[in-house]
Amino acid sequence: MIKLSLFGLLGLVVRRDLLLAMRRRTDVLTTLVFFVMVVSLFPLGVGPEPDMLRKMASGVVWVAALLASMLSLPRMFSADHADGTLEQMMLAPQSLSVLVLGKILAHWMLSGLPLALIAPVLGLQFDMSAQALWILVLALLLGTPVLSMIGAIGAALTLGLRGGGVLVSLLVLPLCIPVLIFGAGAVEAVNGGMSAVSNLALLGAFMLFALVFTPFVAAQALRISME
Amino acid sequence: MAINWFKYSAPSTFYGLAGKLIPFFAWPAAILFAIGLYIGFFVAPTDAVQSEAYRIIFIHVPASILSMFIYLIMAGYAALGLIFNTRLSSMMAQALAPTGALFAFISLWTGALWGKPMWGAWWVWDARLTSELILLFLYLGFIALQASIEDTRRADKAAALLAIVGSVNVPIIYFSVKWWNTLHQGATIKMTGTSMHVAMQQAMFIVLVACWLYVIAVALARVRSIILERERNTQWVNELKEVRS
Amino acid sequence: MSVGEFFAMNGYAFYVWGSYGVAVLVFAIEAWLVRNRRKNILRELKLMRLDTEENGDRA
Repeated sequence: MIKLSLFGLLGLVVRRDLLLAMRRRTDVLTTLVFFVMVVSLFPLGVGPEPDMLRKMASGVVWVAALLASMLSLPRMFSADHADGTLEQMMLAPQSLSVLVLGKILAHWMLSGLPLALIAPVLGLQFDMSAQALWILVLALLLGTPVLSMIGAIGAALTLGLRGGGVLVSLLVLPLCIPVLIFGAGAVEAVNGGMSAVSNLALLGAFMLFALVFTPFVAAQALRISME
Repeated sequence: MAINWFKYSAPSTFYGLAGKLIPFFAWPAAILFAIGLYIGFFVAPTDAVQSEAYRIIFIHVPASILSMFIYLIMAGYAALGLIFNTRLSSMMAQALAPTGALFAFISLWTGALWGKPMWGAWWVWDARLTSELILLFLYLGFIALQASIEDTRRADKAAALLAIVGSVNVPIIYFSVKWWNTLHQGATIKMTGTSMHVAMQQAMFIVLVACWLYVIAVALARVRSIILERERNTQWVNELKEVRS
Repeated sequence: MSVGEFFAMNGYAFYVWGSYGVAVLVFAIEAWLVRNRRKNILRELKLMRLDTEENGDRA
């Protein structure tokens, strides 16, 4: 039996998930396209007035990021569940929490991270200032991992159920509202001439809190769903 | 005479007990409700600023308080069911959920009807009302998750985990919304003008207790049906008087 | 206050009675739903019992 350190195990899981995802690139791309489309819909709905768009921008981008992350959640465990790999993972002597953390990390790298990196381009559609764009990216980088982490709990609880993505969203979205508030709030603070530090610090705190607890809780959720 | 309380943790024995207890909660609830509203409408004076519209608080505030209280109790029962594997605990959680959701709805509805004459809008993004809306979503999520899972044990445990995560989140959500509300200078629904007259406090408290008794009565009644549904294949259920008749 | 004043609520009748009306309605509907649930499960159990008596226990 190969002895794996914590990081060795994480690296293994992440690399595997990334490899599998790269073979089905469309899944990742559809999430991104959805994100871009939703953001673009808002000006079409509310009109092109620049002042209003600038005010709405961070909120719109954040809501779209939330929705796009939710959409890709079922994929976190469903493929492995379908072919029996998940069962093997649960029987393995390695800690299930670490395995789950690896899956969360991979999920974030395939959804949250790309979203955070594309966001500046979308922000330009809303005529956001350079400073605001910076803060937006930073906030998204801090907040989207939390979305993946809380989402993992939802995905684990709804494993194998019909209703898939919608049910997970229903369960997870209310729990993500604090991230939304402080994430969008960070940009608004900067727009209002204040510092975004407190917002970003809170986002960081959420991330650390979630990092400590969610892998364990999601692992328990998996055990509940699989027994 | 030592009562073996633990025998009531079995659904079969609790079924009978619950049935006997219901009237002891339902009737006092109705009476206290009437008394509380009487005091609220006929003893409490008209408010200087809000005139007669403020009288909505006698149902709005108890409903809000209870919706949050019920969520915690529901999560508590669900957690007991998850940790100790006691079926009855999970059944109680399932029984409480719809009532809690309805109280959240009443809180939102009455809050809107209070907000309209006071602040001119049907919906005011007040920190408490917004948190109440999110609480309603949490309730609906709990109910939806339980309804979507066929296997009863898995449904109970999954919903329990969700309720526990929700409970941890509720203070975080409330704090976040409060901060968001002050930043955007939203309205705060408060009793302005005169400080709370004694009769107002009395009325609110009495209605609160009345609603609490109502919740217990309804939960006991609902859990009886849940017990029957889940235990339908057992002998004791089929020997019940109401099934034999 | 007089009965007329009571119902008028100083012009806020719609809001006050709209609130209490809906609250009472919700309580009534909930009570009805709970009673209905009980009726349904009892009916189902009785049918099951009759079925077992007629056709024997197929469990």
